[in-house]
Amino acid sequence: MNMNHTILSAGEMTRRAALQRTMLGAGGLMLGGALAPRARAAVKAAKAKAVIQIWMWGGPCHLDTFDPKPEAGNDFTGPLTKPIETNVPGIRICELLPLLAKQADKYSILRTMTHGINGHETASYMVQTGHKPGDGTVYPGVGAVVSYFKGYNGGYKGLIPPYLVMTKLQGRFAEAGFLGSRAKPFATGGDPSQNPFLVEGVVAQGITDKRQQSRRELLHHLNTLGLTMPDDPQVLEAAKSEQAAYDLILGDAGKVFDLSQEKDALREAYGRTRFGQSCLMARRLVERGVPYVTINYEGWDTHKGHFQEMRRKLPDLDKGMATLLQDLSDRGLLDSTIVWWGGEFGRTPRVQWDPPWNGGRNHFGKVFSHVVAGGGFKGGHAVGETTATGEEVKTRPIYVTDLITSMYDLLGIDCNAKLPHPQGLDVCVMKPETGVAGSNKLTEIM
Amino acid sequence: MAVGSAAAPESAPRAVAPNPYETASAPTGRTEIDRLVLAKLNKLGIQPANLCSDAVFVRRAYLDVIGTMPTGKEAMAFIKDESPNKREALIDVLLKRTEFTDYWTMRWDEALRVKAEFPINLWPNAVQAYHRWIFTALRDGMPYDKFARELLTANGSNFRVGPVNFYRAVQDKTPAGVAHAVAQTFLGERTEKWPKERLAGLAGFFSQIDYKATLEWKEEIVYYDPAMATNGLAKTAVFPDGKPALIAPDTDPRQVFADWLIGEKNPWFARVAVNRVWAWLMGRGIIHEPDDLRADNPPCNAELLAYLQKELIAAKWDLRHIYRLILTSDTYQLSSIAKTRSAAAEANFASYPLRRLEAEVLIDALNQITGTTEKYVSAIPEPFTFIPEDQRAIQLGDGSISSSFLEMFGRPARDTGLWSERVNKTTPDQTLHMLNSSHIQRKLEQSPKFQALMRNATAPREVIGGLYLMILSRLPTPQEIQAIAGYAQIEAPATAASATGKSGKSAKSGKSSKSSGKYRDPGKGREAALDIAWALINSQEFLYRH
Repeated sequence: MNMNHTILSAGEMTRRAALQRTMLGAGGLMLGGALAPRARAAVKAAKAKAVIQIWMWGGPCHLDTFDPKPEAGNDFTGPLTKPIETNVPGIRICELLPLLAKQADKYSILRTMTHGINGHETASYMVQTGHKPGDGTVYPGVGAVVSYFKGYNGGYKGLIPPYLVMTKLQGRFAEAGFLGSRAKPFATGGDPSQNPFLVEGVVAQGITDKRQQSRRELLHHLNTLGLTMPDDPQVLEAAKSEQAAYDLILGDAGKVFDLSQEKDALREAYGRTRFGQSCLMARRLVERGVPYVTINYEGWDTHKGHFQEMRRKLPDLDKGMATLLQDLSDRGLLDSTIVWWGGEFGRTPRVQWDPPWNGGRNHFGKVFSHVVAGGGFKGGHAVGETTATGEEVKTRPIYVTDLITSMYDLLGIDCNAKLPHPQGLDVCVMKPETGVAGSNKLTEIM
Repeated sequence: MAVGSAAAPESAPRAVAPNPYETASAPTGRTEIDRLVLAKLNKLGIQPANLCSDAVFVRRAYLDVIGTMPTGKEAMAFIKDESPNKREALIDVLLKRTEFTDYWTMRWDEALRVKAEFPINLWPNAVQAYHRWIFTALRDGMPYDKFARELLTANGSNFRVGPVNFYRAVQDKTPAGVAHAVAQTFLGERTEKWPKERLAGLAGFFSQIDYKATLEWKEEIVYYDPAMATNGLAKTAVFPDGKPALIAPDTDPRQVFADWLIGEKNPWFARVAVNRVWAWLMGRGIIHEPDDLRADNPPCNAELLAYLQKELIAAKWDLRHIYRLILTSDTYQLSSIAKTRSAAAEANFASYPLRRLEAEVLIDALNQITGTTEKYVSAIPEPFTFIPEDQRAIQLGDGSISSSFLEMFGRPARDTGLWSERVNKTTPDQTLHMLNSSHIQRKLEQSPKFQALMRNATAPREVIGGLYLMILSRLPTPQEIQAIAGYAQIEAPATAASATGKSGKSAKSGKSSKSSGKYRDPGKGREAALDIAWALINSQEFLYRH
């Protein structure tokens, strides 16, 4: 019986070790090479190689961005009454997005996103994972799934983690779900508009490479326990991890974060802001093969003084995102990179004029806009139509599952492929029944 | 304290071995636990590790019992103490510390999914009530059978009656969902692996729990509702051992289940509890994982498990008694330097397993050493929660209040309450953070403790000895002192160069500009001392329990 257990536990360890090797999230960094054949097989030849997700934290208003309703009157438009024509006839967007208007042929607007949830956390979970909460399983977000299949299991060999978020974790739910903390994104910290961009752990201020090297030697001399038991599996793992860390600190891979390598004019075009430079950083990362980059763009939960905020924030969005699309396109990267813009929900089309809101907009999960570009998505379309006030879906409701399964399709990820569940449950990427009203992929624009 | 005199304990009678970690003595079967563990190892032909040194023991005991590093003073006092029973005495002292309750409350908070937000959604006020109840029960030594019974049978407001939150801290509040949580918590079993009828039978006991709102925002009353008897499910209740339950009308079926659960003949209840405590202290269960009991996952040492079960019942369900039995055994006091490396040796506790400090313990230790603090926030700041500046991570009651450090170092999400939710694996991003982040660098550079140490020291050796005690709970070995002396020599010219402006990339802080390049220069001494502290917190000896 005891011997049996020994064998069992050894098997258990192997299984777990294998699982951990395949769950190379941020933690994986350099442990490439160990391929999970199953994950490999689940990825078919695909148009899209990477995703840049612009996460509009808080929920931007669809009326004030990509679904303007100038005819709906002041209670809906507020002061933003003059939408502008884009370079695609028939598609108008908000007047504060002139640069994006010139790029409309590159992206498609999904105007009839809907899930009906008005709470940040639940809506974020729904939009990020494509699953409704409450069945006892916390699913991983799209980033964790994509980096699971297209990271080290999918042949990615870079030293930069395959799933990276600028600059802070999204935080309202665990991005990695049941895949566990190792599948979480690497959060850069720091601010890419500062020089240097202090990517936490990779770029340190005021410590020369020489001091790095001599400190490392000192560490090796003083690591007495590690030297006493060099064959301990934990010690071996720590040593491997340290080697990997120094490859990034002292090696060339970390230079990707050095934005001073870019031309000043381009940096200006992106905007010298946290968001603008994050967009530029995202391009540099996908250029080097990183499969999933999230830009966590905060500040869209505008309950109060909404329109003042829009005048301040939309130009920043406009510059960064428009330049990103142009730059990706100029470099031939747009065909293989999905740019996905959107938040957890929209905002109430009817403006709340009374105090304390003073021209604010509340949460609105019934209708909201997302935007997709590149990686096989066609540009120049507006999918779905909303009613005259933007309060209802008129034609073609788009459920989160429709969007996410479409992205997985373009990325070559099989929705029936299995995900490793820590309790061994049989879980696939997207259960067919999760499509709320039958899954309707975005075939219009694929 | 000067290093010269400090080296003495290293060469004291016990430390015959050539390293500071182990003694020359092998375990002898001093306690019943040791006899049972050694018998098994003997049978398998596995040689156990030697007993650990005092320096290792004091650090290990603090970390394991109270989740807190010993201060330099505490470590030194223990190492110098010459009384023969000092290890047992230390365990007794530690079991009475408040941090013991803090730390074990944290473990129970995890198992019971104490968390305000998604996907558990207890809500902050309810988290406080629940956490407080668990803390008080553990502090006051509530017998474990009573603990379980209260969790299972409480009625009342989620804000006022802590234990009712047991029935709210689940992702699925259907009878089957609750039954799943009950099985996991008290039977250590996973209902995914059960036949459907068995789960349905257990669910019958939880078919009359109702939840209703009050006028207060997010307050919820959890109660036994006799009117729900009409659903007929209680009549189908079957105990997990297969015996049908007879539940009289107007009886809360949860009471009937609780009575069965804590009955002395129940084979699960005590076994799960002692196995869990064993796993918490020893890094793995006698049945592993401790929430995956099933016929085809037998204990590695059935006699040992049976012995602990018997002891728990004899001690009237006092879990502290089990802690004490384990902590005072030689088995617990084995060195981590294994003589045999194999899966069997690991599963049978032939050495103390190296384990990376948990996220919370690690950040608390770093704060303690450097005298700095950490900011903890909830992504949902409502209702506004005041978190004191000197908050310790092991005291955080709410799984939704966190920091990026805690997330990076594998703090469990408290979504499922399973053992496997906590990941103590070392990953390169963690190593990057420890080696090179501004977060850690700032703690070192701004440490008031290091500054005081340097200010008060009369010789570099005192600084080095002080750092070793604060960070590693021991004094440096002669080899280490030599290595450090070498480092200071090497660094001297480089620092002198930067002082004369030749090193263009140097820090803007200007700290090196004070350097005159002299050997005893305070600026240079400071940088060297910080580098030593940096090296020590990045050593495996600091980062791992050992």
